[in-house]
Amino acid sequence: MKYRSVFEIIGPVMIGPSSSHTAGAARIGRVARDLFGRQPEWAKIYLYGSFAETYKGHGTDVAIIGGLLDYDTFDERIKTSFEDAAALGMTFEFIPEEEEAEHPNTAKIVIGDSQGEMELVGISIGGGTMEVTELNGFPLRLSGHFPALLVVHDDRAGVIANVSNAIASQGMNIAHMEVGRKEKGKMALMVIEVDQMFDETLLDELKSLPNVTQVSTLAN
Amino acid sequence: MEVLFSSVKELVTLAETQNKPISEIMIEQEMLITKRSREEIIAQMDNNLTVMESAVEQGLQGVKSTSGLTGGDAVLIQNYIKTGKSLSGDLILDAVSKAVATNEVNAAMGMICATPTAGAAGIVPGTLFAVKEKLNPTREQMVNYLFTSGAFGFVVANNASISGAAGGCQAETGSAASMAAAAIVEMAGGTPQQSAEAFSIVMKNMLGLVCDPVAGLVEVPCVKRNAMGAAKALVGADMALAGVVSRIPTDEVIEAMHRIGQTMPSALRETAKGGLAATPTGKWLEAKIFGKDRAVNDTVNS
Repeated sequence: MKYRSVFEIIGPVMIGPSSSHTAGAARIGRVARDLFGRQPEWAKIYLYGSFAETYKGHGTDVAIIGGLLDYDTFDERIKTSFEDAAALGMTFEFIPEEEEAEHPNTAKIVIGDSQGEMELVGISIGGGTMEVTELNGFPLRLSGHFPALLVVHDDRAGVIANVSNAIASQGMNIAHMEVGRKEKGKMALMVIEVDQMFDETLLDELKSLPNVTQVSTLAN
Repeated sequence: MEVLFSSVKELVTLAETQNKPISEIMIEQEMLITKRSREEIIAQMDNNLTVMESAVEQGLQGVKSTSGLTGGDAVLIQNYIKTGKSLSGDLILDAVSKAVATNEVNAAMGMICATPTAGAAGIVPGTLFAVKEKLNPTREQMVNYLFTSGAFGFVVANNASISGAAGGCQAETGSAASMAAAAIVEMAGGTPQQSAEAFSIVMKNMLGLVCDPVAGLVEVPCVKRNAMGAAKALVGADMALAGVVSRIPTDEVIEAMHRIGQTMPSALRETAKGGLAATPTGKWLEAKIFGKDRAVNDTVNS
């Protein structure tokens, strides 16, 4: 089931004009910022398919920048996100690509600052719902059937055990889990699909674990 | 993940055997999936209803999009209703104008509630605020209207598509009009099965509808497709309430919509490269709004 909640059908409340091109795009930007963990100083946004063709008229550009500024889909400031980004000193660039992506609404967001950078590929699947398909070159094979947690962490012994223990202690079952890293001892990523929707307490607990740097969710 | 229903057949059977309206089955499923309380879920839907109401009101005051392509038509239709000369009927035209109002606000980058998408956001609220005048529903019944629409939309989204880029405008305004028809039937006192019949009757008449936004904007023809979607929703609901049934079962109609969407050429799926977007006037408008460069590039790439 790609769509779980009635509010993915009747909703989201959003700034127009397009749920997949504006709201979904804002959410892709916001997940990227969430996983980066701080306001990026620069952003390069590659757009594919219908995103590349029609992003200006749909406000996909202002929406993605709005997401990178942590704005929600209904935040009226999405309209002024370019000016807001400039005021914060964030530079950005949009690069429409001709290459065919697997999904017609695909964006690759590369963001960074003096301390590091991050790359995320997201697709907007309709009605404001989005999925992350790649993070820092790790392909995420999410089934889409379950709510998902993304945990960015330092590649150290015991981190995976701590995270799965925290999930188990909430009485939740892991449906599917993937672990990947770029280089031994460097940044790593856990993608965990669980059987139930989770709440803020689990996210807070995961964030407080040693060597966990960021936690984000793909459930709406 | 455990769900109560994933097809219209299951949805209607549940409602019939438990003697509950479809809206109630949707609320119960939402509680089951999200583990949230009934109060929280109803409060969120109530908030969505408020957003819809504000958008309709704003649109009826008259808005204009930045491109200048859309705006002001909702007011024209309301003024026409007041002349008392309407041929198709005041209720239908009221729904049409309120659907248009919402989409004009959407095109002007105003705040709306996607139902199921932003491009199709006018139909469910447009019909709701029009039938409100006739049926005098309670606030609870109005919220339930949205849950019933959502129940049918949930099945479409999970078994077909609600994205114009994936399935054409049949997946957006087509889904919205069919969802609204089902909800109107429930509010007017019809049975769950009649809701399903209304859904099928309307969806069958939205099949094959292409997504061809001029200049890639959610304006032309989107706003007017919402208008006609609202009209079809009311007529379809009336047909079902009259006892008309669809010969093709609802789930098979949804499956047909999905297959048609998959076989539609990409030029007709929101790329702004076919249909009305590719007409001389469509191209001219694109060049006028975005400058010559983009129109020239698109021609080279297409």
